[in-house]
Amino acid sequence: MAEEKKDNLVTVNIDGQDVQVPKGTNMIEAAAMVGKEVPHYCYHPKLSVSGNCRMCLVELGMPGRDRATGEAMLNEDGSPKIMWMPGPAIGCGTNAAPGMHIKTDSEKVTQAREGVTEFLLVNHPLDCPICDQAGECTLQEFSSAHGRGAGRFIEEKNVKPKRTKLGPRVMLDDERCILCSRCIRFSDEVAKDGVLGFTDRGSYSTLTCFPGKQLENNYSLNTVDICPVGALTSTDFRFKMRVWFLKEVNSIDFETSVGCNTSVHSREGKIYRIKPRRNDGVNDTWMPDSGRELYKLVEAENRLTSCLVDGVAATAQDAVVRASELLNGEGLAVVGSGQCTVEEQFVLKAIVDSAKTKGAYVVARYGEDDGILVSKDRNPNVRGALMTGLINTLPEEQLTALGAQIDSGEVKTILAVKEDLIAAGLTEAQLSKVTIVSLDTHSNATTAKAKVVIAGLTNFEKSGTLINQQFRIQKFNKAIPAAGSAINDLLALSTIQANISGAEYPSTLGSLWNLISESNSTFEGVSFNSLCDQGKELDSSAFDGLAFKEGKSLLFDPKQEAVAAE
Amino acid sequence: MNLKPETLAEIEASILKYPEKRSAVMPLLHAIQKDVGFVSNEAAEWVAGKLDMEPIQVLSVITFYPFFRQHKVGKRHIRVCRTLACAMAGGSKVCDRMLKEFDTDLNGISPDGEVTVEFAECLASCGSAPVMLVDEDLHENLDEAKASEICNKIKAEAKNA
Amino acid sequence: MAIHPKEHRVVLKYADEPGYTPDIDCYMSKGGYETLKTAFTKKPEDIRDEVKKSQLRGRGGAGFPAGVKWSLVDRKSGKPIYLVCNADESEPGTFKDRQIMHKDPHQLIEGMMISAFANDVAQAFIYIREEMPKAAKILDQAILEAKEKGFCGDNICGSGYSCDLVVHRGAAAYICGEETGLIESLEGKRANPRIKPPYFPAVLGLYQCPTIVNNVETLCDVKHIMEMGADAFGKIGRPNNTGTRIWCVSGGVQRPGYYEVAGITLGELVYDICGGPLPGRTIKAIIPGGSSMKILRNGERFKGKNPDGSEYDWGVEDIPLDYDGIAAAGSMSGSGGMMVLDDTISIPAALANLMSFYSHESCGQCTPCREGSLWLKKITTRMVHGEARPDDVDLLKSVADQIAGRTICAFGFAVAWPVQSYIAKFEEEFREFAEQQSNPDTDRSSVKELACNHG
Repeated sequence: MAEEKKDNLVTVNIDGQDVQVPKGTNMIEAAAMVGKEVPHYCYHPKLSVSGNCRMCLVELGMPGRDRATGEAMLNEDGSPKIMWMPGPAIGCGTNAAPGMHIKTDSEKVTQAREGVTEFLLVNHPLDCPICDQAGECTLQEFSSAHGRGAGRFIEEKNVKPKRTKLGPRVMLDDERCILCSRCIRFSDEVAKDGVLGFTDRGSYSTLTCFPGKQLENNYSLNTVDICPVGALTSTDFRFKMRVWFLKEVNSIDFETSVGCNTSVHSREGKIYRIKPRRNDGVNDTWMPDSGRELYKLVEAENRLTSCLVDGVAATAQDAVVRASELLNGEGLAVVGSGQCTVEEQFVLKAIVDSAKTKGAYVVARYGEDDGILVSKDRNPNVRGALMTGLINTLPEEQLTALGAQIDSGEVKTILAVKEDLIAAGLTEAQLSKVTIVSLDTHSNATTAKAKVVIAGLTNFEKSGTLINQQFRIQKFNKAIPAAGSAINDLLALSTIQANISGAEYPSTLGSLWNLISESNSTFEGVSFNSLCDQGKELDSSAFDGLAFKEGKSLLFDPKQEAVAAE
Repeated sequence: MNLKPETLAEIEASILKYPEKRSAVMPLLHAIQKDVGFVSNEAAEWVAGKLDMEPIQVLSVITFYPFFRQHKVGKRHIRVCRTLACAMAGGSKVCDRMLKEFDTDLNGISPDGEVTVEFAECLASCGSAPVMLVDEDLHENLDEAKASEICNKIKAEAKNA
Repeated sequence: MAIHPKEHRVVLKYADEPGYTPDIDCYMSKGGYETLKTAFTKKPEDIRDEVKKSQLRGRGGAGFPAGVKWSLVDRKSGKPIYLVCNADESEPGTFKDRQIMHKDPHQLIEGMMISAFANDVAQAFIYIREEMPKAAKILDQAILEAKEKGFCGDNICGSGYSCDLVVHRGAAAYICGEETGLIESLEGKRANPRIKPPYFPAVLGLYQCPTIVNNVETLCDVKHIMEMGADAFGKIGRPNNTGTRIWCVSGGVQRPGYYEVAGITLGELVYDICGGPLPGRTIKAIIPGGSSMKILRNGERFKGKNPDGSEYDWGVEDIPLDYDGIAAAGSMSGSGGMMVLDDTISIPAALANLMSFYSHESCGQCTPCREGSLWLKKITTRMVHGEARPDDVDLLKSVADQIAGRTICAFGFAVAWPVQSYIAKFEEEFREFAEQQSNPDTDRSSVKELACNHG
């Protein structure tokens, strides 16, 4: 194994410094490994190389070989003689070869960057003060870092369309576009929806959709993310906030079991946007548009901001105490959720065990696989429910079995966590027969029927972990403070567990993880604090027998997983 | 798409000539333009469907190549070479004469609908400069007098038609 | 067209003979397709070796040795190999391929079929520019005739080898002359040239398969190499500059036209064959190989060392008329399109004309060419329209310097070289022009006509 790895590495020299890089590494990435930034616009690590912006030009040399003898040419000191190419080469399109030398900061390279920078600005409107991209604009950054600082262009600039609605979520300003083609390549290669293209040619080339067609696929906003300038902007975010005021917190897209890594951008407790965060094992650098809308849940009209006891507003403390009393009786069933965090599911399992419950359920949610980053399983954490032992078979979409338990009188009390029992198939009549404690974030038919409603938190208001379709446990962090008097779900559940069991129970992530990793071998060595941003794949062999429903997605192939398991 | 039977036949034959369908996009656009006079968005969508392409890919091709046009032109498409050898030999004056004879502007349709006069880049006949293409016919060694002759001939043919 | 005694006609041997027609019977009456028949008695690799031995260099522009180009083809990929004839003849000043296709199309087909057999080509294409509609029709007809007689298509000459040949028409884009732009166009896309590496046509060409792209004249030369043998071919011209070349002469000479020659000087072509300048005029400058090539100023001396160590000191008329000769004078023979500029021609206005051309033809894919070429057009146009500024000359040069060598394809050089060389050799004229043309009383009609850009 080690031998193989060694064979796969080649030594290249960057600005005089030798570095070993995997074969095929391009010179932008290789330079980054030694801390050198090679500026670029069109290159994107997850798209095909187009080499069109010419910003990443570097000087390139290879060890010389004597034409006649084929022998390596040497300097007087015995080192290989490097034959430098007369013209610069693009870093993005130059892949590491043994002995390759590049210069990223020579006079020639500086001049080339200055030239490209000037060219990109001659037909650019230079409207930074009114541009949403300002502050995160590569053109702006590189113009200040690599530009000349003064313009020499006195001719009239080209005129292009300024406010094109490319689709429901994306606006285009063609005058700002530098024709890097990232958005086109993304649409063709990742979203598999070739709606974007250039029309006309030369300096008049214009990014557009075919008349009557729109950029409306569920990945359209990734084009905004990768646009290096302010040409493509988000209709939702446009003109709302200057980016430098935003605080970024790492999070996870919880709409499906893919678990795209995200970054939540907020200011003063208000979320303005969600962007994808790179994870080469999960979502590369992309996420669905649908996942970016989720922050709207925080301030949704039906958001629960206060706990209720018998329909009357109560403090969280009183609600939890009342809930504990109701749950500590006979005939309890727990309806947990694949939306809950691993920690919440672990505590729910503890409640199930100490309350001698009649049943523990999780509600399945299925949609369609899109083959990219939306999976069939619309719960982010069914695998967490399995691994914590809350359930041991795949959940059903309908709570038919629980309905029967109610009808037979076996179940008299239900703890519903983040699930609407009506939506999951129970009838109003069935709910009327039982006492309900509901922990949820938004009002629904179940909270309306509940004796106690505990107002919980959205995933933006708390921290926790989720286990995605790859059995990768990933953590998300609190981005904004809790709404109203809502209580942290984990605290609520831990307190209930303590009340029911009569023993102390950990209620913080740190202390709870000590318990989780001690009591469940699957999680041995895992803790919230030590979990890295890229997550950790857990041993899933215990679940090989389960027929998970997800199909292939961008970086997940259930067949390969199955083969690997065997 | 309302295309002539021979155009449709030409299109089907063109597609078979290439290992990959998409290569036929230019032959198809040529055939449609010859038939209809220009390539509309509707035609672009039709071609896209025919060749399993995205409509924007067809539009990208149409707008990249100046010969493909999205608007009507006069009955005769006149292209006067403007590049260096022809310009040195008086191509500009030839073009001006054509415009004057037909009382029209560059790239427009003459009031009588007979011609559209455009400049073209080097037509690869620099040894007989200046030259121009009237549809498929190359006229060489032009001067203003010869340009007028050609105009008169076109007008006469239009009258007799 | 009369054949000048100083010409050495091989490719155009019959083209201008009275009564010579483009049909197959006429071609065969002159021994046409005999070489193809003989080719099938040889091994493909022997034909390739013969072409390599002949030192034939590409006639399209870069002058890359054709045999070497063929030797780079990836023959182990298991993928089909394609041959594409580059008949996109678009380099301003060039009109030689037009003669071959109009007058002797079967010669091209024979050359292509020999080349196809030599390289085990699965399918061949002729990419012809749209502005030669008649030539396209002539080629289509010739291919039909050749197929009927078994010289093309299935089971050629009964050899068991088959190769279809398809004429593909462009649609007015100069960049299709760049071989990877041509390939993209042939694939049904915008003709954006590809980055190299990795897309070397010999490995990842048409449909990502190994592909050979050769110029019309080059492919005709293949036929003659096989007919006369590499040794005989190599004796025409000089070593490394073997065979004849068809030169296209336009502009200020008495007898513009195309001339197939070998082993003569630039002066013999311009003065003896073309009759020199028009009466009362003098030659000011010569663009030797198509509008992209660096200009040569009449009167300048070209000095340097020959490979054997001896020194040369030439006037423009002494330059050997071949690849190495013109390269030694600091320019290139390019596509053989020679434009003669006489003393009536304003160099800055001529530059404005060409900048309109290049900015119009830039594919727009890569930044320096896209933005630089249009900027150059805007400056030069402004200059001829009376708003020249004293520092425009320096700006032009600087913009050109920022393009050259930094683009995806050679178009960057093609747009930069005229600017760089015109300014290097006629800087005074540019400065005078700037002064004169910014004077409101100056009559600008002639420079506007020459710039001919109506911009």
